[in-house]
Amino acid sequence: MGRMTLLSSATILKSAAFGLAVSAGLLLGQTGAEAAAKTAITVGMTVEPAGLDPTIAAPVAIGQVTWQNIFEGLTTIDKAGKIQPQLAESWQISPDGLTYTFKLRQGVKFHNGVAFDSAVAKFSIDRARGADSVNPQKRYFASIDTVETPDASTLVLKLKQPAGSLLYWLGWPSSTIVEPKSAADNKTTPIGTGPFKFVSWSKGSKVDLARNADYWNKAVSLKLDTAAFRFISDPQAQAAALKAGDVDAFPEFGAPELIKSFEGDKRLTTVIGNTELKVVAGMNNTRKPFSDKKVRQALMMAVDRATVVEGAWSGFGTPIGSHYTPNDRGYKDLTGVYPYDAAKAKALLAEAGFPNGFTFTIKAPQMAYAQRTSQVLQAMFAEIGVTMNIETTEFPAKWVADVLKAADYDMTIVAHAEPMDIDIYSRDPYYFNYKNPAFNDVLKKVEMTSDAAGQEKLYGEAQTILSNDVPALFLFVMPKLGVWDGKVKGLWENEPIPSNVLTDVHWEE
Amino acid sequence: MISILIRRTLSLAVTLLIVSLLIFTVMDLLPGDPAAIMLGTSASPETLAALQKQLGLDQPLPVRYLAWLAGVFRGDLGQSYTYGVPVAGLIGERLAVTLPLALIAIVLSVAIAIPLGVQAARKHNGAFDFVAGLFSYISIAVPAFWVGLLLIILFSTMLGWMPAGGFPGWDAGLSAGLKALILPAVALALPQAGVLTRVARAAVLEVMNEDFVRTARAKGLSEGIAIWRHAVPNALVPVFTMLGLQFTFLIAGAVLVENVFNLPGLGRLAYQALSQRDIIVMQDVVLFFSALVILMNFLVDLAYLVVDPRLRAGAQ
Repeated sequence: MGRMTLLSSATILKSAAFGLAVSAGLLLGQTGAEAAAKTAITVGMTVEPAGLDPTIAAPVAIGQVTWQNIFEGLTTIDKAGKIQPQLAESWQISPDGLTYTFKLRQGVKFHNGVAFDSAVAKFSIDRARGADSVNPQKRYFASIDTVETPDASTLVLKLKQPAGSLLYWLGWPSSTIVEPKSAADNKTTPIGTGPFKFVSWSKGSKVDLARNADYWNKAVSLKLDTAAFRFISDPQAQAAALKAGDVDAFPEFGAPELIKSFEGDKRLTTVIGNTELKVVAGMNNTRKPFSDKKVRQALMMAVDRATVVEGAWSGFGTPIGSHYTPNDRGYKDLTGVYPYDAAKAKALLAEAGFPNGFTFTIKAPQMAYAQRTSQVLQAMFAEIGVTMNIETTEFPAKWVADVLKAADYDMTIVAHAEPMDIDIYSRDPYYFNYKNPAFNDVLKKVEMTSDAAGQEKLYGEAQTILSNDVPALFLFVMPKLGVWDGKVKGLWENEPIPSNVLTDVHWEE
Repeated sequence: MISILIRRTLSLAVTLLIVSLLIFTVMDLLPGDPAAIMLGTSASPETLAALQKQLGLDQPLPVRYLAWLAGVFRGDLGQSYTYGVPVAGLIGERLAVTLPLALIAIVLSVAIAIPLGVQAARKHNGAFDFVAGLFSYISIAVPAFWVGLLLIILFSTMLGWMPAGGFPGWDAGLSAGLKALILPAVALALPQAGVLTRVARAAVLEVMNEDFVRTARAKGLSEGIAIWRHAVPNALVPVFTMLGLQFTFLIAGAVLVENVFNLPGLGRLAYQALSQRDIIVMQDVVLFFSALVILMNFLVDLAYLVVDPRLRAGAQ
């Protein structure tokens, strides 16, 4: 605990120092390294991946380095969040939704020269769903009954029950296609079919990639010869690296309060997009008084989301009314269901039997957004007579143990990173302890249909149910704070899936 | 002398063994399951069990401890859960950064502190003494990472003379490597130098009026020679002690400084491993740090014997 306070006061000191220095830097003007049409890029990331195989561990940083750069899937997810063919050229779904027949692309080779065919695809899927599999999204493959390979370019998946999201899931980093011989070593030396080959990994520092000269997709013209991902966790160090020109781009810059400091820098450009990170204050729906829907609704009405975004993340971020982001298909703006109204909130609380409010504890992870949001919420709840104590809980280790696994908490706050994960509210057990058969039915129907429009309508229904029931306080979607050299083009502005796709990245004079 | 060495070495081994047991049990008590962290928020219980088995986490504590200890004796420190590579190699790579960093910092702090402290003692209560005192108070009060930030702002973002952080690797050449280490080393050295200056000043002041220094002066030696040849060597004992004690602070400070400068050193490895609950890396790194500190104390003890003949005589 002492360490925590030390670190946070250290952060304040550092921020203050940096503010001063940045002003000084602006006065003096900046001189960046001017370069001719370059064919190399250094991309900064906050978190170093834990291993480089997205099919055996969950951390998003793994996909952010490898997905679409080194590894590819049968399908992929594009900039707009839409499913696109990749190693599968096309597919047919039987009318009952139980048979998926994929036509596989031919002439695709892995970086080690091995050809991609139906046997390789079968190996990848069987590896992901097998008994010993440690694939973090193993449940996505649960609906698959058999995998058949009638010929080298055809793959047939027979399902036990319809799975309307299967094509989407096959586009995930955890579903990428791996080659049998090299699969075991992908954690340290990843081998895929993508436009970039793995070169080296200096642990704690960077991962180097080089262009794959034999890349199968001739439709794309790669402009980069080499790319490096550098890992810098400290936001001040990130800013310094950008300003010093050590790093060309930070697609997800770590500190919103420092974004304004780049505005005077002619060399750098800031691009604010959306991510899939939904910041929600989850409540233990079976614990009193949160078991009372009125209490949860009252708390939601006590929250002014715009102020939360302002206080927690310097005004960057989009308020949400349900567990869904504007990137996602079928998004409905539900922020108006329980808009900020402290008087109404107080009345509803009295109706629920708490005219004098109550006291509870939030388990807030140490991350800046969680701490700051908690403090803003604390002040807002005080307005309606509710006292919230803030208990800092180390993330991920202690949070995973106490909240996620044991559900031992009143309220917590965390940014849910997985795209389209509205189904977490139908999982049992899951830390919200939210149980609503009507909601589960809607999600089941989503899986029964593979019709996109029908799915979007159902997702709309699911959002509305959550918005009314308030199993969690839906706060905001994290922004994607991109800061990069103005001459760098082709990086994704939004993040429908956690990634740093380098295919289109190039330098422009 | 020999018997002292044997006794000290034995106690060193026993201490290390006790420390290893402590480390292992304490790490085990830490909340958080490495397998659960690796699998994220949506893994099923079966997947979790599969990964725990794969990592050997399903074994009981004593079995895991003995297996670890046996491995350590064989020189096999195990495999990092998150990186998937042998820990020994990881520590080796990181040492190539942290060791030179610590060494430069120690040399720098001694190079600043000894002349400053001695001079302050000679001119005690004068203007020089006052300035030296001010220097040491400020440098003790200001944390290393803060100094580091100021250095980055001045030399990297404003002047552009130095890299803002990171480490190019020793393959990039000696000068590139040293360039990356010099700012963090200064940041680490300054607080150290502050403390050492105080200690050196006090120690020299104390011996300055001892009989042997007075004798040296009486023999007609100049003040400078009397101080440097006779007073300073005797004053070095407390300075060494402090240096030994400070070593632990140096390592702790390196964790923060390595973060600020984004250096892939041992401190950052420990910090990352802790947050990821890469238990095996934690155990190995903490054992390594402990061994280093214990060894450092051992060396300080030996240094006493070398520096102060009276201790050597007493020991025989």
